[in-house]
Amino acid sequence: MELKLMIIDDSNVIRGKISRALTRHNMRVVATAANGEEAVERFMPDKPDIVTMDLTMPRMDGLECIRKLKKIKPDIKILVVSALADKATAIQALKEGAQGFLCKPFSDDDLTDAMDELISGE
Amino acid sequence: MDEDQLRIFVGIVQKYFESETGKGPDTGSPYLGDVTDLPMLDFTGVIGISGVRQGCVYITAGPELLRALLLHVGETDVSDHNLCDLAGEIANTIAGNARMHFGADFMISVPVIVRGAAQAIHMPRNTKAYVIPFRWRKHPASLVVSLQ
Repeated sequence: MELKLMIIDDSNVIRGKISRALTRHNMRVVATAANGEEAVERFMPDKPDIVTMDLTMPRMDGLECIRKLKKIKPDIKILVVSALADKATAIQALKEGAQGFLCKPFSDDDLTDAMDELISGE
Repeated sequence: MDEDQLRIFVGIVQKYFESETGKGPDTGSPYLGDVTDLPMLDFTGVIGISGVRQGCVYITAGPELLRALLLHVGETDVSDHNLCDLAGEIANTIAGNARMHFGADFMISVPVIVRGAAQAIHMPRNTKAYVIPFRWRKHPASLVVSLQ
């Protein structure tokens, strides 16, 4: 089954990289956003199954965005993809409701492995 | 900033290019830069640092390096917009990864992009700035770290 994906990252280059890797991995990108505010505006509860979420973004950061998306759709699966490599940030993101954390920089294999773990609930 | 902390940034630059391209850069000897004459190439991504440390981290590179890097990761749009985006993203990744060593109170800003060598980044004269020069596929770039 093709899973529907929303990519949230302030970098156009990273959005493209995630999109290419996960499209090849049987996922379909249904929406993208460059910051948390845009993400909340564009988020359609019936659309994405999974979100990739950057943390450091202008206007609304990733942690606040996770909280808001979780209120809209509590069962949304969120993979944080962030350069913030400290443990405290990862723990905070998981507490807010993300289910996975992938640290930048990442290879396509790192991303698809993290996504597979997220989907299987490991 | 001491030698060990400088080494942390050298390692992060190495890891960035290895992870993205499979090949690390050739890193030159880091040196203490003159804050009135720091390296500035065409594309510079600057991250402001606050919290436990204050200052900035920036990466500066020419279009050749950024274009080659974009193409290597499968991005065919090598417009100036994407070159700026990539410069900001590299700076963000390097500064963000430094939190593994400096902790969560090493606060980083969103990237600011500076275009062109003429637009120098002004730093206080009492600040030390360390320059880590490197080359990837023979294209020169530098990481500049200035932390109080």
